[in-house]
Parts: sequence; C-alpha cells; structure tokens
Amino acid sequence: MGVGVKVDRLNAWYGKTQALYDITMEAQANRATALIGPSGCGKSTFVRCLNRMHETVPGSRASGKVQIGNLDVYNGTAAVHIRRRIGMVFQKPNPFPTMSIYDNVAAGLKLNGFHNSKRLDEIVERSLKLAALWEEVKDTAKKKSGASLSGGQQQRLCIARALAVEPEVLLMDEPCSALDPISTGKIEELIYQLKEKFTIVIVTHNMQQASRVAEFTGFFLLGKLIEFDKTERIFTNPSDKRTEDYITGRFG
Amino acid sequence: MRSRFQQGLDDLRSRLLRMGGLAEQAVDRACQAFIDRDLARCHLVLEGETQINAVEREIDEQAFDLLAMQQPMAVDLRFILAVTKINSDLERVGDQAVNIAERVMDMVELPQVDLPVDIPRMAAAVSAMVRRALESFIEGKAELAQAVLEMDNVVDRMRDEAFIALVKEMNENPASTRQALDTLLVARNLERVADHATNIAEDVIFWVRGADVRHGADMLSAEESTGTH
Repeated sequence: MGVGVKVDRLNAWYGKTQALYDITMEAQANRATALIGPSGCGKSTFVRCLNRMHETVPGSRASGKVQIGNLDVYNGTAAVHIRRRIGMVFQKPNPFPTMSIYDNVAAGLKLNGFHNSKRLDEIVERSLKLAALWEEVKDTAKKKSGASLSGGQQQRLCIARALAVEPEVLLMDEPCSALDPISTGKIEELIYQLKEKFTIVIVTHNMQQASRVAEFTGFFLLGKLIEFDKTERIFTNPSDKRTEDYITGRFG
Repeated sequence: MRSRFQQGLDDLRSRLLRMGGLAEQAVDRACQAFIDRDLARCHLVLEGETQINAVEREIDEQAFDLLAMQQPMAVDLRFILAVTKINSDLERVGDQAVNIAERVMDMVELPQVDLPVDIPRMAAAVSAMVRRALESFIEGKAELAQAVLEMDNVVDRMRDEAFIALVKEMNENPASTRQALDTLLVARNLERVADHATNIAEDVIFWVRGADVRHGADMLSAEESTGTH
C-alpha cells in the first residue's frame, strides 16, 4: 500500500540561489498528485527533495520537513533507505543498456544482495505485470536487451524496475514527454492502476495529462506553491489568477 | 498559438452577440405584431428563423472546433460551454417568437376583441429580461445576470394572472374563446422566453464565477467562489 507524503515548509537551494520557498503540501496515499508550472518553477527540484536526490547536486541543500508515511526524510534516515521506499521514473527512459530486460528489473534487488533466483523470477514477473509490459516481453525478457525495446516499452521497463524494490511512493518526472500518444496513453492507464498500490507524484508539462491522471494538482511558480487543490477545481475554476493565467496560456 | 485561440474566442463571442441580436429582434417583432395585428411583421419573424438556425449551427461548429483543437481550460472552458448553452437557448427564443407570430396570424383572421390581459406589459418585461441577459454576457457581469433571475418571478406571476383572467373570459364569453386561447398561448410563449433568458443569465454566472446556480442551487456557492473577473 502507498503512504502519504507530507511536506512542511520545505526550502531548497542550489548554492546561494534559492529554488524552493516554504512549500507545504500533502500527497495523499494511493492518489496521484500532479505538479505543474513553467520551466524553472521548482517542481522537479521539489520531487527530487522528496527522495533526497536534490542533495546529490554539489552545493545544493534543503531544509524543512518531509515525511513519507512515518519516515522522516531529513532527520536521521539514510538516503539509500529512503530511495528504496520512493521509486523514481525520469523524463527519458534510461534502462541499463547492457543488461537484459530481466536484469534491468532485478538490478535494484541484486544490488541489495538479493539472489534467490526463484523469488527474483516472481518479483520480476510481478513488476513487469504491474508495469503492463509482461505480455509483450515474457518470452524474451532474459535474452533481449532493455535498449532493444521501443521508447514506450523502455519507460514501462523503468517503471517495472522502480516497482521491483516495492516502494510505497512513485515519483514521476515528466514520464511521457519523450513518448508518442499511444505509449503515453498506456503509461497514463498504468498510473491509474498503480494508484491502488502506490502513492504517485507526477511532474508534467502536459496539463491534459495532469487533468486525466491526478486527483490533486499543485501549481508552482518561481519556487513557490501558488495553489494546491483538487484537480477538477484547478482546471475548471482555480482560485488564484496566476494559476488561471498559466493554464489558459495567458502567462507572462 | 494562444493569440489564434484568443481570436477564436473573440469570433465566437461576436457570433453569439449576433445570434442574441437576431433572437431579441424576433421577440420584439413578434410582440409588436401581436400589438398591431401586423401580418408583415409575422412574416419577418418566420423568415428570420432560418437565419437564427444557421447562426446556431455556425456557433456550435466553432465551439466544437475550439474544444477539440485548443483544449481550453478554466475560464475559457467555462466560456465555451456557456456559449453553447446560451446559443441553444437563443435558438429556442427564436422558436417562441415564431410560435407567437403564428398565433397572431391566426388571430388576424378573427374579429378583434378586448381581453382582460396586458400582453404589451408582459412583452416589455420579457424583452427587458432578454436584453439584460445579453448585456450581462457582453459585460461579463454576474450581478447583471443575477438581476435577470430575480425578474423571472414577475413574469411567472403575469402568466398566472393571464391564465386566470383568460379562462374566466372563455367561460363568460364563449364567442371569444379562440382569441382568448391564442392570447393565452402567447402569454405562455412569452413566459418560456423569460425562462430562456433566465437560463442565459445562469450560464453567464457559471462562466464568470464558476458557480452553478441552476434550479435554485445555493447562491452562497456563487458568492464563496473567488472568480477573477
């Protein structure tokens, strides 16, 4: 089951440049929360703070409170442990090119010292099924390279890889921006189904996508969370003029 | 791309205003035809209906294109939805004007009788509602639309009074039954026009405030809404 993500007065910097200002919001368990906003508004920085990837950039830092279920992300928990509970899928599909489809999915588990092959088989199959890729690769998963798949399949492979370590939260940073409409449709359908088991936070530039997949939407601008509400409210009758200007294309 | 979209919204708005003008003109002509027993005006109303129907289709097609091609959001989405509904109401206003004209054409064939109803007064109230509903759309002002909603009760009362008076007339003077029946139907047509004006006003409130005030929905929700217009 997914767990909620609670963020309280989160601030983030790249060197002396502040990228996030006092972000407070909650992504509810087993729901999809979409983050929208113009390039450079801080939405990607925000999701990277949730699994402490932000701090991997030299000179960057963050302050504030992030809770994944009962886990305090910025207070004494090892980053590696946090990233096991929070899977991440990126804009561009990035399978390990030299590994088979099977090994791509099993990589995270193997890295963590998990080598029970029967159990690995089960987890790989389950993860590929969850990512709606199993039927397409079940006969070739051990032979074919992950890089031999189409872009849409590669992205679903990356989702399967993220799911294999059984996270509770799945962060998706523009997961469909490099995909055609058919692959995008499959990923969106997948997001819909994955909500049963995981909490999803998705960054997207595609507002139709946000409105299709997410129950809640947050609008970021210049590092601040301007508005956070139910998705239908944001896209039909937002409260803040800046949100309305952005989603109706009258921004700037 | 957005400026083209804005151009599309402006065109849609202009077309709807034209449609509003045609529907308003049809009602005014039909009412004047009733007052003057003027067959020529009746024919103008009948001819005008073809044009109203054509503009209705144009507006629907353009709204459909904008929805499909531009995927509007928020205030733009509400605007286009409101336009399609107002469009449909205006077409029905045109139909009611035709119904009135047809009653007048029937009445002109009959001897003129004095009936105890003030149709010109009712027609003036209904025309004012249509005009104000369209003004609220032009100005994008929910307060003007709200005033239209409040006028509907007055017209409903006029229709009820006309019914009572005309039924009484039919009982007391059977010779004028047909004229009384035609007049009763005109009163009903006018009341229906007022209902369409009310619908238009409700759609303007939906567009401007994002609040659904139809069927007596809580007016508080409209006031709570933080519209940006």
